[in-house]
Amino acid sequence: MSEPSIENQKAYWRSTVRLTIGLLFVWFLVSYGAGILFREALDAFTIGKAPLGFWFAQNGSIYVFLLLIIVYCIQMTKLEKKYGIKG
Amino acid sequence: MVDPWTIFWVVLTFGLYIGIAIWAKAGSTEDFYVAGHDIHPTVNGMATAADWMSAASFISMAGLIAFLGYGGSVYLMGWTGGYVLLALLLAPFLREFGKFTVPDFVGDRYYSKMARIIAVVCALFVSFTYIAGQMKGVGVAFSGFLGVSYNVGITVGMLIVFFYAVMGGMKGVTYTQVAQYVVLIFAYTVPAIFISLTITGNPIPQLGFVGNVAGSDIGMLDRLNTVVTDLGFTEYTSTTKSKLDVFCITAALMFGTAGLPHVIIRFFTVGSARAARKSAGWALLFIALLYTVAPAVGSFARYNFIDTVNEATYIADGADYAAEAAAITAAGGKPVPEWYKGWEKTDLLQFEDKNGDGIMQYRGPNAPDGIENEVVPNRDIFVLANPQIANLPAWVVGLVIAGGLAAALSTAAGLLMVISSAVSHDLMRRTFKPEMTDKEELVWARIAASGAVLAAAILGIVGKDSGYVAEVVAFAFGLAAASLFPVIFLGIFWKRMNREGAIAAMLVGLVTTLSYIYYFKFINDDPSAWWFGVSPEGIGFVFMWLSTAVGVVTAFVTKAPPQEIQDLVQDIRIPGTRRLHGAAEGGMAPMPATEGGTTPTQ
Repeated sequence: MSEPSIENQKAYWRSTVRLTIGLLFVWFLVSYGAGILFREALDAFTIGKAPLGFWFAQNGSIYVFLLLIIVYCIQMTKLEKKYGIKG
Repeated sequence: MVDPWTIFWVVLTFGLYIGIAIWAKAGSTEDFYVAGHDIHPTVNGMATAADWMSAASFISMAGLIAFLGYGGSVYLMGWTGGYVLLALLLAPFLREFGKFTVPDFVGDRYYSKMARIIAVVCALFVSFTYIAGQMKGVGVAFSGFLGVSYNVGITVGMLIVFFYAVMGGMKGVTYTQVAQYVVLIFAYTVPAIFISLTITGNPIPQLGFVGNVAGSDIGMLDRLNTVVTDLGFTEYTSTTKSKLDVFCITAALMFGTAGLPHVIIRFFTVGSARAARKSAGWALLFIALLYTVAPAVGSFARYNFIDTVNEATYIADGADYAAEAAAITAAGGKPVPEWYKGWEKTDLLQFEDKNGDGIMQYRGPNAPDGIENEVVPNRDIFVLANPQIANLPAWVVGLVIAGGLAAALSTAAGLLMVISSAVSHDLMRRTFKPEMTDKEELVWARIAASGAVLAAAILGIVGKDSGYVAEVVAFAFGLAAASLFPVIFLGIFWKRMNREGAIAAMLVGLVTTLSYIYYFKFINDDPSAWWFGVSPEGIGFVFMWLSTAVGVVTAFVTKAPPQEIQDLVQDIRIPGTRRLHGAAEGGMAPMPATEGGTTPTQ
């Protein structure tokens, strides 16, 4: 397989960094945001019978973490296809 | 007296691990360090999960959460959120770099033997503090449940690890970790399902956690909050810790997780950058199976413990339990549960009848009725006694012990691989004796692994009677976050990062974190003196920023890295473009990427 062009490599890296920043923003939001900083405010709501902020800190954030990695894998595979990167 | 089911499970699982060791013998350094780098992402994910989940995760975490309530969230988020950082920021790029160890990356990327040696020191320090805790877990499990002494327990455990780590290297370790994962997840979830069913009527612990108490429409957590505050404890869903401290501890655990060498090296064992990403996802899935159950187990355990033990009438040792219990029940009282009497012998539970009424009063520090607390449970009791609390059959009880041992041994083996490769590969082959052949290096790797096993056993035996072992675990995460994470991250995402910056960053991270933790753990344990109220557990996060800042400033005022290093960084960012760079790689080529984790493409 031939090397991807320099332009494609640059565009691929730019997209990767953008995707990474976006996902890390969500990562921060669910754990440090929902689970810690804004917990009291969210605890006014419930999921099932659990206070929402508490639930994010003990269960919800973990589900979102998993989802983030799955989205990352799918999006990166797409990016690699788009820019002809071997992966 | 020793339960025959416990012996059955322990002998069966240990036999399995030895069988795997014989089957997966390592024939080359690639086999030994990175399992031939053709492990399937799912298999590696499972091995990573076992590698990661230690005796602390398996035995202590749910109990910690049971006591800390919301405060226990730092472990749940900290020890899972790190995988997002690993998957997005480190694992695929380090795999693309394609060498064997973490110091390998630091040494090559920063073109410096000095940087390599400092990274070796960090890796050894982190791994040894971590392994001491595992050894203690193995010793406790053996001495408490198999009727042999603590020292004999550690020796037996280490002989097993010696067998599969020294013979099979990373290959043997990987496949035994897969088996250990299956054992530990089964042992953890089976009791949890039954307990969830008893308390909430829902067999899925994660749903029972947010559901109602069985047969009522009161939420399980609401009920628990009422129960604990009535006894004078902090509300279960709140904490007394400061917000800043909770933030810092969570972050130190997350960045520490991402910087732990024994976790990172697992991602060298897969075929490509893409496989490394997938593998991180699998790892987190397998970890989440335990970590989302743990808070449920913690809350159920707290609830159950209060429900069955508080205000129960104590029955003295040597009395006829069945007859006394029947008499107490007939008189309208609540007898101390049978499992309590069984576990009392292990010293994990203590009862002192302070007011002499023969009834066990369990109270918090601010009890509204002013009664003094009489019951002191050890946090480990909650997972260990779970099967009996839920009245599960004897075979499940033995399984939990085997699960705890699987968790401790799998983590110990992963750490041993880091220690042995740091010595044989980074010190011997890459620093002192570069002309060494592959065969000689493999001999060295086995010698180093043997030495590491011995050192770990000695650490476990020496650390037996001190709380020292548990205390130093804070070092491992803080150090990994403050010394290793910044240089690896900047090495990938910032081409301008150079040798001088990396050395400065690692030294600053190492020295500041070590000093802070040492000072506040061993010299002055007064929490009011903590900087900004940040505990030693959380300080690694603060010093991580300091280390990064020092590294970046130093890099700016010194010479940019050579062009070939900048090209190397470019290559590892773009999968499939990795070429050889510079003289250092002439005799030590990176591993090529493989398709779908099968055979090498060249």
